[in-house]
Amino acid sequence: MKTFTYERASTPAEAAAASARTPGAKFLAGGTNLLDLMKLEIEAPQHIIDIGKIGLNKIESTPTGGLRIGALVSNTNLAAHPIVRRDYGLLARALLAGASGQLRNKATTAGNLLQRTRCPYFYDTNQLCNKRVPGSGCAAIAGFSRQLGIIGTSTSCIATYPGDMAVAMRALDATVETVKANGAKRTLSLDQLYRLPGQTPHLETTLEKNELITTVVLPPPVGGVHIYHKVRDRSSYAFALVSVGAILKKDGTGRVAVGGIAPRPWRIESAEPLLPSGAKAFTAQLLKGARPTKENEFKLALVERTLAAVLNEAKH
Amino acid sequence: MKFETPAGTNPIDQLKVIGKPTDRIEGPLKTTGTATYAYEHNDEVTNPAYGYVVGAGIAKGRIKAIDQTKAKAAPGVLAIVTAASAGPLKTGQFYVDRLLAGPDIDHYHQAVAVVVAETFEQARAAASLLKISYTKTKGAFDLAAAKDSAPLIKQGQFSPPPTTNVGNFEGAFASAPVKLDETYTTPDQTHAMMEPHATIAKWDGDKLTCWASIQQINWGVRDIATVLGIPKENIRLISAFIGGGFGGKGTVLSDIIAAALAARAAGRPVKVTLPRPLIANNTTHRPATIQRIRIGATPDGTITAIGHESWSGNLPGGISETATAATRLLYAGANRFTQLRLAVLDLAEGSAMRAPGEATGMMALEIAMDELAEKLTMDPVAFRIKNDTQEDPGKPGRKFSSRKLVECLQTGAKQFGWNKRQAKPGTVREGQWLIGMGVASAIRGAPILKSAARVRLSREGIVTVETDMTDIGTGSYTIIGQTAAEMMGISLDKVVVKLGDSTFPESPGSGGQWGAASATSGVYAACVKLREAVANSLGVSLEEAEFVGGQVRGGNRSYPLGDAAKATELVVQDEMTYGTLSREYAQDAFGAHFVEVGVNSYTGEIRVRRMLAVCHAGRILNPKAARSQVIGAMTMGVGAALMEELVVDKQVGFFVNHDLAGYEVPVHADIPHQEVVLLEDLDPTMSPMKAKGIGELGIVGVAAAVANAVYNATGIRVREYPITLDKLIGKLSING
Repeated sequence: MKTFTYERASTPAEAAAASARTPGAKFLAGGTNLLDLMKLEIEAPQHIIDIGKIGLNKIESTPTGGLRIGALVSNTNLAAHPIVRRDYGLLARALLAGASGQLRNKATTAGNLLQRTRCPYFYDTNQLCNKRVPGSGCAAIAGFSRQLGIIGTSTSCIATYPGDMAVAMRALDATVETVKANGAKRTLSLDQLYRLPGQTPHLETTLEKNELITTVVLPPPVGGVHIYHKVRDRSSYAFALVSVGAILKKDGTGRVAVGGIAPRPWRIESAEPLLPSGAKAFTAQLLKGARPTKENEFKLALVERTLAAVLNEAKH
Repeated sequence: MKFETPAGTNPIDQLKVIGKPTDRIEGPLKTTGTATYAYEHNDEVTNPAYGYVVGAGIAKGRIKAIDQTKAKAAPGVLAIVTAASAGPLKTGQFYVDRLLAGPDIDHYHQAVAVVVAETFEQARAAASLLKISYTKTKGAFDLAAAKDSAPLIKQGQFSPPPTTNVGNFEGAFASAPVKLDETYTTPDQTHAMMEPHATIAKWDGDKLTCWASIQQINWGVRDIATVLGIPKENIRLISAFIGGGFGGKGTVLSDIIAAALAARAAGRPVKVTLPRPLIANNTTHRPATIQRIRIGATPDGTITAIGHESWSGNLPGGISETATAATRLLYAGANRFTQLRLAVLDLAEGSAMRAPGEATGMMALEIAMDELAEKLTMDPVAFRIKNDTQEDPGKPGRKFSSRKLVECLQTGAKQFGWNKRQAKPGTVREGQWLIGMGVASAIRGAPILKSAARVRLSREGIVTVETDMTDIGTGSYTIIGQTAAEMMGISLDKVVVKLGDSTFPESPGSGGQWGAASATSGVYAACVKLREAVANSLGVSLEEAEFVGGQVRGGNRSYPLGDAAKATELVVQDEMTYGTLSREYAQDAFGAHFVEVGVNSYTGEIRVRRMLAVCHAGRILNPKAARSQVIGAMTMGVGAALMEELVVDKQVGFFVNHDLAGYEVPVHADIPHQEVVLLEDLDPTMSPMKAKGIGELGIVGVAAAVANAVYNATGIRVREYPITLDKLIGKLSING
């Protein structure tokens, strides 16, 4: 771990401004990802701005019946919130499918959105990785890629976004509110937030330097059956091979976002009218253009089959 | 004391303390965080510097140069040790890997430097400033590709003969009416113990003290002496608590040598721990195997031919994975053949991991038995029972000292509800899930080795036991305490047990599941001597003396035990050595595993629903500790079956998933229900304790039982471990 300087901000605007003042600064919230990456020297910020005490830890209803979730609300508290449990079951289930109890106590809502890939080549600083060292190459594409992406990837990077919560939020049409160093605020959908890698896989989001997520907003609840099916090699504490977050209505219509297969939670709204036709037709459209490796082409079938399991479960 | 004839009745048979499910005596230290592990000796070493081990960034080749300029100038840096500065280093006896490499690199993450600084963070930061340039050379990383040119193994201390033949295997197999010929693969595995390898090294002149995490103290001292070229007498090695080993801490690995060299270079004590991501490629692992099994039988299920060939790989001179070991002993059959071949691979060193040989071999053999039972349309339990043998099938006339494999299978079948198993696979459904049951036998050698102990009696009647035996989480402290308490007629709270220090009498340590039986037998021998000393001191004849309730009775008198030490503490030492019984008898532990799994017919997710192990392993010294060993081993077997694999990147040449996020082992949620039945057994041919090891038996066969259950659930036979859903879903039809 490189030596770094540290300060604690007291408001979101102050945090953003502090970041603008100091080159190479990073925000620290729960620290469940950043501190690990710093120990491995994958991240080496020169300055840490601790945002743990800037507020942003409330969950409030919006006037239109939605929910505003502060960026620093812990995964544990978000999953346990009565309104989340009642109206956004998909979100609660996705949260509880992630990490461990101890990590969920520390991990925050915005931090979780911004967690970095778990590609093993990204984690080993001896290996070629365009995400870690732009332009160095990618050892994963010809290497151990079973866990990695099949769609939305590029010839530079096949890493996945590893999380669960964002998959649910993508299906729920969540948006994020941000503040910049100059005080300007804006709102982004998750597809606007996450970039696809292209030839610049080190750029993972559209957040500007010094821009801070302050809130995640959920639109009013949409009803339906909420199912999060996370498929993995062990029962708990593992990243998804494939996860399906679905909200399904009695008439067979619904929304589906998929995790574990792409650099961002993968949802294609234009495919969703095919949901009543079944998993096969929908998945064919959802995964159109997929470019799996030999090691992870099983994910094509696994997405379809997991969705079929979810559709089957929704009927019972 | 030499043990040469089967044991008769002795004080252990009283079973007042031995045989009781006593809580482990060091438990409170562990649950309160006050047990002092290797890295935590802060009272003994108050001013340590910190060493950070730098692993090679390439798999094979040569260091061109190490530019230390920036690292040396970094804050807090005290010294940098490389092979060039360390002076000549040899390799120890058990491992062949060079523990500080340079200029040649033999495998990825092989240690190439140790950076020493005032703090751990400074050492780590400076380590990344070392600029190491390499010349890469081509390496061999693919066992399958190296298989066909792999030579026969060389026979060594821990290896069987490369080839064994009984009768005429090829002829009998060719003419067998029913036969099976299949190939199975098992992957490289890492021990994934909780406590990483760690050492504090301190020099006083030319005397070296190491607090380390090491399973065999005697091997450790021997190998430190060899590697560093210093006399054994100048070394003190302490390993009082060990956070898991599983064979991964057998003797000296890079942390000890790094710490010793760094402490010498820095002129003060140095702490070193191996970072988790370094362990898989830097230290040892269970090597991958390719195994071909051929079994021929008559239609009534009698095995007439059994052949097992196995290929593994290692660094030059390394040992092979002796996967054929169990096949030589487990089932009857007049015509037999085993063979071991070993390729050279440029991966980290392959070595022991819990039940080396048997665990790996039985992953294959016990699937093969399931497959052949189906061909014979026999129940897999009945097929195994049919081929039981009470003598070593390779050495007719050599009987098993005690063997109740049949009872293990029968007891387990009854308790597990095996009769509810459907012989036709893929026929039991619960919603989306397909349900299946599987069985496998278990066998593991029960070696017993020379072991010494010192016992002290104080005037307060406290007995203190000292031996360099280790407790790697197994319960050694407790069973050694129970042994001394039983022998001296006192309660367990009157015994103090001191372990894991090379100044104590030599034991064989923890490994090969020999620890419990060997170490307690050494304590038995010392206590026999102490009983003599007590009787002498009290003027009681030894023949009359009874040691009961803290008293010594004899000649119509009764004395508190401590009276024997009134004048001066009584201190005696002895060791247990062995005659030829282990050659006259085949000494092994046996068991049977039963597993029920569910397989999601949509996704192929595999979940164990319940497990049962029935074990037959000599006298159970402490049923609670034994049960803990078995359930831990069963869990590890589930890992082997369903998820554990060090993935080899054959381009770069390394184990890719080298941390605990990438290398998955089972979590609690993976195993909802485990039961263990310990069959009553006394084996008087082992030692006066009549006990055998059980810590490794518990893993043997588990993975195959899981694999067989997956087959029974789905009708899909997977012969390449681990059995993951991607190997199923292409063949799995959706239902529910």
